[in-house]
Amino acid sequence: MAKPDFELPKLDEVLKTPPVKKGASAHLKIHPGQPQMMEKLGFPPALVDGWQKKAVEKLGELKEKYRSVKLFMEVCVKCGSCADKCHYFLGTGDPNNMPVGRQELMRKVYRKNFTVGGALFGGLANAHDMDEETLKEWTTYFYQCSQCRRCSVFCPFGIDTAEITMAAREIMDSIGVGHKYSVEIVGKVHDTGNNLGIPKPALIGTLEFLEEDVKEATGADVKFPLDVEGANVLMITPSADFFSSPHVDSLVGYAKVFHAAGVSFTFSSYASEFANFGMFMGNYEQMKKVAERIFQAARDLKAKRIVVGECGHAWRVAYSFWDTLAGPLDFLDVKHPTHICEFTNDLIKKGALTLDKSANDEFVVTYHDSCNVARASRMGGSPGGQFEIPREILRAVCNKYVEMPDSVNREKTFCCGGGGGLLTDELMELRVKGAAPKTAALKRMMDEKGVNTMAMICAICKAQFTKVLPYYDIPMETVGGVHQFVSNAIRLGDK
Amino acid sequence: MSALTLFYAGLSYLCAAVFFGGLAYKLAGYALTPNPLKIPLTPQATTAAGVVKRNIVGLVVFRALFGGERWTWIGGYSLHVIFIFVFIRHIRLFINPVPEFLINIQPPALLFAMLLPLPIVYLFARRVYVDRYRHISSGADYFALVLLLLIGLSGLTLKFLSHSDLAGVKEFLLGILLLSPVEMPAHPAFLLHFSLVLLLGFYFPFSKLIHSGGWALSPTVTQIDDSREKRHVNPWGGR
Repeated sequence: MAKPDFELPKLDEVLKTPPVKKGASAHLKIHPGQPQMMEKLGFPPALVDGWQKKAVEKLGELKEKYRSVKLFMEVCVKCGSCADKCHYFLGTGDPNNMPVGRQELMRKVYRKNFTVGGALFGGLANAHDMDEETLKEWTTYFYQCSQCRRCSVFCPFGIDTAEITMAAREIMDSIGVGHKYSVEIVGKVHDTGNNLGIPKPALIGTLEFLEEDVKEATGADVKFPLDVEGANVLMITPSADFFSSPHVDSLVGYAKVFHAAGVSFTFSSYASEFANFGMFMGNYEQMKKVAERIFQAARDLKAKRIVVGECGHAWRVAYSFWDTLAGPLDFLDVKHPTHICEFTNDLIKKGALTLDKSANDEFVVTYHDSCNVARASRMGGSPGGQFEIPREILRAVCNKYVEMPDSVNREKTFCCGGGGGLLTDELMELRVKGAAPKTAALKRMMDEKGVNTMAMICAICKAQFTKVLPYYDIPMETVGGVHQFVSNAIRLGDK
Repeated sequence: MSALTLFYAGLSYLCAAVFFGGLAYKLAGYALTPNPLKIPLTPQATTAAGVVKRNIVGLVVFRALFGGERWTWIGGYSLHVIFIFVFIRHIRLFINPVPEFLINIQPPALLFAMLLPLPIVYLFARRVYVDRYRHISSGADYFALVLLLLIGLSGLTLKFLSHSDLAGVKEFLLGILLLSPVEMPAHPAFLLHFSLVLLLGFYFPFSKLIHSGGWALSPTVTQIDDSREKRHVNPWGGR
């Protein structure tokens, strides 16, 4: 691993609150959205004339469209409970990465324009105009938030910085300042059906290769069908599952589960993406458009239900938003999306899968809760199912499973550091630093409990950790998907 | 009627209008602003009763703050509990006759109420001495604490150092309440105390103190986790 050109957080200290270091991450900037990409999504290609006024108008519009924006702008008492709960603050010490500090960047503009006190007392109330300096802070620090919601767990009023960050990004997009990574990705979904821009032939090639590969390894004819009309299940999964490692190992796991259960399924080349970066942009229309594509595929293929793969924010969109955005899903037999973990766990409970746990004996596995699954969704019928179901699967397929400490587990989990549309190279320093708190917990588990594997159900978490763990001298192979271990353990008789 | 009484009686009615009107305006403003999407902070209860129960428990113990920042919880929690005792101490000035139990709990209530300055000074010091809180604190945050402290100190002055004509005060307050103001006791400490309370009344709805009612309309903590069971409709979402 090449030495980074920045100082790595010390893992034995990163879980303690750091001293405030003003401007510590002010140099970490996104690449702006290219004009043609911005226009493609209906945004101005570049910073518009009179943007100061237009940004404030947009904020005024959003505060009337989203109760979260209005209420969260006004009820914060600045108690500071959230201050040291953000992984980016713990990793950088920059006070604008304290959730309340980040919110303040919008709140000062809000105060100036929409409150009596701010209009009357200005500076005394920390009210500030939208100006060049403020925009610079926005383009920096609203792209240093991964919308993970950890801060809101500790807020007495449930103030969710993710809502503020989404609004800020929406405002910036509306005045012509976008994020290259996100606008490019959403553009690709509109063109090709997935974030990576994978064309159909490449998808066919991969799936055929996987079929041969699994046949060779297991002797079973596990199918990876594409665009099969009338299949029972439409499988929607993050496109990273088709091409990235370790993601693809989970994809193999899904296919084996369907095979073992005897349930027909198909992928779709029209909707070959579960991720929905419209959410990261805070743009309702884009989020809706991306979701509609999936619904269209389900209609076209006459599927009876939609099962979705391992992806965190996309599960939030599917579980919490799909029905509102593009629903109802009344043309399906199962009128809501099913998470692959729910699907697999049901089969395990029914005894429908033959599992050989010893196949995973080389792994001492712990589980990383992904933010959007943990704090913004549910699985199963009761609260907290999103925590228990993936764990039940892991315990069913692995002999050696170890739990993370409570302070970083379940709804208190730390973000991997790459969520919220920040999984981009220009932010590598931020990603490495933001990953430090969870990595510190993992490192301790490795040293004390002999853990050698961290399982998860999020494509972004997987991509992020495989990239940043080596900075901390932890091998990238430590990262795995839950269905990767299902895949290892499942025994496929030719039933 | 003296000019002083006229002035304060008028100001009291204005204050009541601004306070209650402002509170209603603000809270109705939140309530009428749509929640386009389901954004409960999970795990959350899947029924309305479950959410209410969870939030009542959360309110009684200040759960999120307790789990988040214990030192702040100590200050914030004790401050709010003391508010309740201060409130209990004051009811007797606004009702006639005063029920027996209310008279009986005055001494223990006083014991707690007189502690009011302690958490305020503590919370103030916290903002000054801890670098994170110093960074996020602005004039408004200090102002709210100072205002409450001055109200508390002037109140304690009335109780322990410079007694006002309590019967006269009660008569004045009841007069205001019953819309037939009577002469106001021109006691300096009382005038100060009363003026500061009026200032608080004007300030309250338009400041961060709106958190007192606002939290109950916060979508993340009040929405039910039932997106699977019940379709949530966005009024401006075009579906």
